[in-house]
Amino acid sequence: MRELISANNLHKSFAELRAVNGVSLRVNAGEVVGFLGPNGAGKTTTMRMLTGFHDPSSGSVSLNGFSLADDPIPARQTFGYLPEGAPAYPDMTVREYLQFIASARGIARREIASKIDDVAGRVRLRGVLDQVIETLSKGFKRRVGIAQAIIHDPPILIMDEPTDGLDPNQKHEVRELIRTMGSTKAIVLSTHILEEVEAVCTRAVVIAAGRIVFDGTPEEFESKAPASITRNRMDYVFRQLTAPAAEVAL
Amino acid sequence: MNPWRVIFRREFRAYFSTPLAAVFLVVFLFMAGVFSFSMGGLFERGQADMRSFFQFVPWLFLFLAPALSMRLWAEERRLGTIEILTTLPISLWDTVVGKFLAAWSFSLVALALTVPLWITVSWLGDPDQGVIAAGYIASAMVAGIFLAIGGFVSALTKNQVIAFVVTIVACFLVLLSGFPLVLNFFRGWVSPAAVDAIASVSVLTHFNSLMRGVVEFRDVVYFVSGIFALMVATTFVVDWRKSA
Repeated sequence: MRELISANNLHKSFAELRAVNGVSLRVNAGEVVGFLGPNGAGKTTTMRMLTGFHDPSSGSVSLNGFSLADDPIPARQTFGYLPEGAPAYPDMTVREYLQFIASARGIARREIASKIDDVAGRVRLRGVLDQVIETLSKGFKRRVGIAQAIIHDPPILIMDEPTDGLDPNQKHEVRELIRTMGSTKAIVLSTHILEEVEAVCTRAVVIAAGRIVFDGTPEEFESKAPASITRNRMDYVFRQLTAPAAEVAL
Repeated sequence: MNPWRVIFRREFRAYFSTPLAAVFLVVFLFMAGVFSFSMGGLFERGQADMRSFFQFVPWLFLFLAPALSMRLWAEERRLGTIEILTTLPISLWDTVVGKFLAAWSFSLVALALTVPLWITVSWLGDPDQGVIAAGYIASAMVAGIFLAIGGFVSALTKNQVIAFVVTIVACFLVLLSGFPLVLNFFRGWVSPAAVDAIASVSVLTHFNSLMRGVVEFRDVVYFVSGIFALMVATTFVVDWRKSA
């Protein structure tokens, strides 16, 4: 499979704080990577480096063969990004917002309407296309964020907590959508919900105190728990992997 | 579409999607009327020209341009949309240009709405149209430099109120930097050459020279290069802030 994301030895420091400390990650097309870790472990910072929002203090990122540092514009064409909290312009209608993103993504004007219709069908936004984003519920806002990330059908998707704040039905829909897209794209999503990794991801990467402490399939992840643990096995492994590192960081 | 035009269109329309546009235009036109007719004494002077309006334009924009520029970057940071905006396949420079041109175009709309004043003086008498054209150019330039300052300040903070207040102070200093109020402040502790340099960045000096009807190359260069330099600085600040 084609390697779409290649991050090499990423470091990021903010003043005194070392947020990310030597993270390397390769993701191929067809992989859905669940990015796990306690709060403050460096998940969001890593994702921000993968999209070029943060420049790494050291290390490099290539997306679909384009270096983010040397070829930023072609590199940025290759991904869709849902930042933490799914930000959007509150004064715009969903349609206006998606039109803006589509034209910024270089989609030809005559194709924009059909792309919006298509993406609105996929994330179920058709009923609110002409509603102002400010007036939408949290679930709809999140779906607007997903819509803007996938409208140009990018080979790479980076999503920071895509199901945060959704009700169980909406979570299910978003997971189905991610699973469908995951067969051809390279997807990295962060989450706090361990079952989500089991449900949609082909690979789990756990980060603690700025370092990757586990990288493998969800099954391998779960099998790290001793046989004596019968319930919440993933929770157990997660705690085992991240608790010591968190203590070190404190 | 050119990348900067995508940004420009969104930003320009954003002004009209909130009450800001209406409030701004009403206040601008009301104040323009008050300044021209009451304080400027358009009728009492017995001269059909627009001097009484133009001489107040820098003071009008001193308070109104920061209201347009304060949201440019501070709002993006507060909403978190800066994370989407700066990861779109559009260069940061194009984004800075698009945002500036949107704010500037909006201020030009406000200026254009003072055309009835021009019609009035043209109907009442026979004003020097060249001087009026120069006055409009000077006004547009002042709006441009204030908005460029405001954009730069807005990039430094996520608080729009801070951006507004700091921009007013910065514009005020630049506006009056050729005047004793500001120069005396510097005179004690910087070299005379530096004082001269500070004096030469006075917006009001260049504005007055343009407004007299003589569109001099160096005045235009002053405004255009000032706007350009501030936009370059804004690009650096946005880039630095997003990674820090």
